[in-house]
Amino acid sequence: MHKKLLSRKAACNSHGQDSSYFLGWQAYEKNPYDRITNPTGIIQMGLAENQLSFDLIESWLKSHPDPAGFIRDGASIFRELALFQDYHGLPAFKKALANYMGYLRGNKVRFEPSNLVLTAGATSANETLMFCLAEPGEAFLLPTPYYPGFDRDLKWRTGVEIVPIHCSSSNGFQITKAALEQAYQQAEKCKLRVKGVLTTNPSNPLGTTTTRRELDTLINFVVAKDIHLISDEIYSGTTFDSPRFISVAEAMIGRDDVSHRVHIVYSLSKDLGLPGFRVGAIYSGNDYVVAAATKMSSFGLISSHTQYLLSVLLSDKDFTRKYTEENKKRLKERHKLLAEGLREAGVSCLKSNAGLYCWVDMRHLLKSKTFEGEMELWKKIVFEVGLNISPGSSCHCVEPGWFRVCFANMSVDTLNVAMQRLKTFIDTGLSSHDSGRRVRWPAREKANWLLRLSSSDRKCER
Amino acid sequence: MEFDAPNYPLLSKMATNDGHGEKSSYFDGWKAYDSDPFHPTENPEGVIQMGLAENQLCLDLMQEWIKKNQRASICTEAGVSEFKAIANFQDYHGLPEFREAIAKFMGKVRGEGINFDPARIVMSGGATGAAEILAFCLADPGEAFLVPTPYYPAFDRDLRWRTGIQLFPIHCESTNHFKITQSALESAYEKAQQANIRVKGVLVTNPSNPLGTTLDKKTLRTLVSFINAKRIHLICDEIFAGTVFSEPRFVGVSKILEEDPNCDQSLIHITYSLSKVLGLPGFRVGVVYSYNDTVVRCARRMSSFGLVSSQTQYLLASMLSDDEFTTELIAESRRRLSKRHEIFTSRLAQEGIQCLESNAGLFCWMNLKMLLKESTVEGELELWRRIIDDMKLNVSPGSSFHCSEPGWFRVCFANIDDETMEVALQRFKSFMRRAKKKRWQNGLRLSFPRRFEGMTTMTPMTPMTPSLLSPHSPVVRATTPA
Repeated sequence: MHKKLLSRKAACNSHGQDSSYFLGWQAYEKNPYDRITNPTGIIQMGLAENQLSFDLIESWLKSHPDPAGFIRDGASIFRELALFQDYHGLPAFKKALANYMGYLRGNKVRFEPSNLVLTAGATSANETLMFCLAEPGEAFLLPTPYYPGFDRDLKWRTGVEIVPIHCSSSNGFQITKAALEQAYQQAEKCKLRVKGVLTTNPSNPLGTTTTRRELDTLINFVVAKDIHLISDEIYSGTTFDSPRFISVAEAMIGRDDVSHRVHIVYSLSKDLGLPGFRVGAIYSGNDYVVAAATKMSSFGLISSHTQYLLSVLLSDKDFTRKYTEENKKRLKERHKLLAEGLREAGVSCLKSNAGLYCWVDMRHLLKSKTFEGEMELWKKIVFEVGLNISPGSSCHCVEPGWFRVCFANMSVDTLNVAMQRLKTFIDTGLSSHDSGRRVRWPAREKANWLLRLSSSDRKCER
Repeated sequence: MEFDAPNYPLLSKMATNDGHGEKSSYFDGWKAYDSDPFHPTENPEGVIQMGLAENQLCLDLMQEWIKKNQRASICTEAGVSEFKAIANFQDYHGLPEFREAIAKFMGKVRGEGINFDPARIVMSGGATGAAEILAFCLADPGEAFLVPTPYYPAFDRDLRWRTGIQLFPIHCESTNHFKITQSALESAYEKAQQANIRVKGVLVTNPSNPLGTTLDKKTLRTLVSFINAKRIHLICDEIFAGTVFSEPRFVGVSKILEEDPNCDQSLIHITYSLSKVLGLPGFRVGVVYSYNDTVVRCARRMSSFGLVSSQTQYLLASMLSDDEFTTELIAESRRRLSKRHEIFTSRLAQEGIQCLESNAGLFCWMNLKMLLKESTVEGELELWRRIIDDMKLNVSPGSSFHCSEPGWFRVCFANIDDETMEVALQRFKSFMRRAKKKRWQNGLRLSFPRRFEGMTTMTPMTPMTPSLLSPHSPVVRATTPA
């Protein structure tokens, strides 16, 4: 059918699924590792999921049969839940979620349920904020490297542009005032009106929490420019080591001039490992944003069925405390395993204290210190070593050679197998010369990939 | 709330305009209800909500099923072994068993022997999300869809707000029971062309909200030919497909495709939901079903913004694959809706209120033209305020559905229990009796539309029988020979 019978959005590829981030997934899906049935298959290390603590929730469920049976205080509430589609959300759930968010921040800040907007996952929350805060053609600044999905979530249907704030390994990829100013000026050069900054704290893909200094820099910057700050804090509950997590909410304490321009995005997909349930939220001190976002949430409400279950789970403060502490402990151990396994292979990673992944430094393994070199190394790791990891370029990193490697979505055994494969690959020196065995790199995918690399430069030519 | 200077310019136009549609009169009645809701014992004088097209008639059957089928919930002892896999499942293709169950249910509920392909099922955040996804896929900002009036008020929000597309009305009239005609289609298309607006498709609701009627084959064929000739899309919102309770039987666009191999299938798209037939709006289960592969792919990617909770997918996959249960549920739902509709329409008729003859939906389309002080939108809204204030019933005025004729109102009957319905019917009775008494007392002048007062030529009709009085009005009966 003629592409012009469809919309431009349908015909373009801003959905981002031609990026390498997804190509590795496709390779995995065609040949997934299984310890018994497919031990030479590809191990999925590109998926930031938290599969470490389901057993804790399962045992809670066994001792709390009521939510499963749609029972509350001995009476059935099936009818009430079946009919409940109020976009203000189930009050008990919002209250429990607000309390949980406060708890994750050491109760240094209090979240008001009335300022919370429920959305179908953080994916929807981020898109909704773009619709509320920016016109098509306007821009948000994002520090690199950033979550590849933002290219779709923030830009695709909204028409909003992303301008990168370049961060480098020279200072651990921290966000500096100079980098912010440079990004802002770059946007101006491209005639893009900047409406805000969006950061992820803890960072994906870095796995580091944002420092207080960075938070202050960010807040001062957005105040000076009269723009917004969105803090995507979906990994807040995965901070397993010091320094402690500091939310932008905490950095705002005592600053009366900012609550109308700072917005937090949250989700239960990472902290609680429940991505299937589609639970996201926007927290804003700006009543107009709350009002507009609430109305927009009609396009992606959370199932009342799920809201009710989670309202009971999260209201159990004893459980949330035990869960959060145990979960962090397990994440810390798993992180250690990965970091040590990498070290044994002669590979280091950025020192990190949060998240479900490590930001791995493979610059020394590149044949050439370019993105082509990174792509070549990535191909080898996916197709020869059999590990689907995410190349830094898919996260818009400015320095080639960095990769995101996930550790919380597999068993210890599988992680060990992965580390062994990597070690073998590096020890036998395969990374530094051609193995002689060419892996077929589909031409269309390669062409798309190279197009993607150069298109980010072309953006300014609008 | 007032927009104060520091906050207002920081937001987008979309966030501050009225595209959300909540300033419409459709919602004013809800506000009246929210501030004074009826309760049989605690607030028996309160406003009864008859503006909400919900189906509460069969929730007991589903509740029973859930109780008996513990393994359908991943939170019960019986089902918790699936918890990890399901809680972790965020694939936008949806659980395979969910897609299969939905496809099967869609076919079953239509009763036409059509098989729906699970691979074409795309999830969305309710039908609200489904409509918006299709608008994003099929049209660019500034382009338009044609929609027959009267239509569901929230289409204005769902299809236009964030997408930037426009809706152009296809005017339908009571003279032919609001059927969509070829000339009405052509006229709407022409009008858009003249305004230099590119039409990308037609959106119809079948069965219709607010009419409660199903489209006949002739109309469907007219629509399909029209869109094929113009090379534009046809979106059929079939969310009320399971609510057909009497003849004629439901005919869906899929049936027309089956019978007409010349139709370009890639122009046909369906939206569906479990909110109406099963009465589960809280579970947010919407479906985009397109015969166009590119649209399926694009819609699926967009569904990331509003997937169905995997916990809910799992439960419903189990429930809807229970063939015996769904057969019983569909039959019983039909029976209960039919009964409710019959009682409602016959009791209204006894009080002199006629409804458009209908065979589906959760509502009636009432003709209250005889109660209008003037045959204008203002007259309709004035009557509506009286209905809310005096009758304490929230019904929906036709103007909120963009109906071109004043005096029609949608009244929902499936979202209240029998006792409440009885109270509502009594209130209708009292209101109508008071209205008749008032007309007698005022010498009927107030019933005449103002436009007659300025007329210089006499009509051959007596002042007692102008066309605006209902033919069943006691006034007419009094002067017309038996």
